[in-house]
Amino acid sequence: MEEIVQEQLLEIKDLEKSYEDDSPVLKDISLSVKKGEVVVLLGPSGCGKSTLLRTIMGLERIQGGEILLEGKNIVGKSEEARKERQNLGMVFQSYDLFPHMSILENLLLAPMKVQGRKREEAVQEARELLARVHLSDKENAYPSMLSGGQKQRVAIIRSLMMHPKLMLFDEVTAALDPEMVREVLDVVMELSEQGLTMLIVTHEMGFAKAVADRVLFLEGGKILEENTPENFFQKPDTERAQQFLQNFSYVSHRHVGR
Amino acid sequence: MFNILLSANAEKPPVYTILFAGNNFQRLLWGLFVTLRVSLIAVLLSLPLGILFGLFMRRKDPISRGISQLYLAFIRIMPPLVLLFLVYFGTARIAGFHLSGEASGILVFTLWGTAEMGDLVRAAIGSIPRHQKESGRSLGLSSWQIYRYIIIPQTVRRLIPLSINLITRMIKTTSLIVLIGVVEVLKTGQQIIDANRFQYPKASIVIYTVIFFLYFIVCFPISQLGKYLEKKLKV
Repeated sequence: MEEIVQEQLLEIKDLEKSYEDDSPVLKDISLSVKKGEVVVLLGPSGCGKSTLLRTIMGLERIQGGEILLEGKNIVGKSEEARKERQNLGMVFQSYDLFPHMSILENLLLAPMKVQGRKREEAVQEARELLARVHLSDKENAYPSMLSGGQKQRVAIIRSLMMHPKLMLFDEVTAALDPEMVREVLDVVMELSEQGLTMLIVTHEMGFAKAVADRVLFLEGGKILEENTPENFFQKPDTERAQQFLQNFSYVSHRHVGR
Repeated sequence: MFNILLSANAEKPPVYTILFAGNNFQRLLWGLFVTLRVSLIAVLLSLPLGILFGLFMRRKDPISRGISQLYLAFIRIMPPLVLLFLVYFGTARIAGFHLSGEASGILVFTLWGTAEMGDLVRAAIGSIPRHQKESGRSLGLSSWQIYRYIIIPQTVRRLIPLSINLITRMIKTTSLIVLIGVVEVLKTGQQIIDANRFQYPKASIVIYTVIFFLYFIVCFPISQLGKYLEKKLKV
């Protein structure tokens, strides 16, 4: 009998993080993400889910625990850890394109300077990706000429240019006008269909349900519940998660007592 | 007696001719050259030193912060004229060597320009959103590459209009070095007015107007250049 072992891409063990005034933000977090899996982190604001993504990306210091990508340490300032972190991509809530560069230059900077790739080859890939997110006509535009949704789509493909093994999405639609949310989330959905491993923080519940292979519910810096999206949104195991989900449903009171 | 006065009156040439009497105009231009020599040397020293000082001001350790804030406060609180007197008369008294008026001027305006430029650099770097640096890091760029390709180009764009303003301020403020005996454009003008008091009693209006235009001719192109660069490099 052959045991099927799915490869663990990301492993976090006993992660501890607190700010300078010693208030803990993440307590004893352990989780793993398999290759090709899409994990959605949910929880009330301030629960530590964004901080968790930022620690994985190496943007925050941690006080304890391990973060491994394919078994290799990605914590700290060492050259090895920094090299390993190049396998991660991250997209933030704020539009973070470089405003002094055209869209094409935004896409080319890291592939050429970090990976030392040839310009022609990188340009070709950039154009393919721009076509995929329907922005081929914008390659010479500057970020200030784009809408929020367009900027976020560029930010996503800018990360993809580096061929990350794991993508981190930190509330990428939170700052967008409602009608632009869809165009960005469609891109993320498409990536999940192609088998890209992703860790997603979002407040879009419909999207979370559709994209997730697994849902983690965080509160107070701890993982309270881990569940399949079907179960989580139907009948979550914990009462806290139930209360949380109620915030997103509306009950009409207009006809009460008629 | 009356005759002499009357005839002197009658012989007075039109007031604007004073400008080209003798070598007056060349003297004014030479004065302008002295003004520019002092201010532009100070500017050329202040810009790189100010950038270094600005980076130093961004350091977070208390000693560096203390030093930079003390320096900035000292330069800001002291009127430039007091600094000029302090350096010009003070070096002779305390250090025991004589610094020429022009050298004192360059020193004081370099100290002043470095402080002001440093503060501009500090603010310009600080105004770049944290996410710019973070997205650079999440793309795998090294700290040096983040500075080279992301932070510095944006800082420079923000600095250009501010530093142009500082440069014209420095050029104008150097007129204070008159008071430590440097014969620059304003002093030359006063000398011309004084020397021709009897022949051209109304010379001051002409001379000061010309000096106004001399300053204008120097500062206006600089501020226009600033506007042009600001537009061209607009983020």
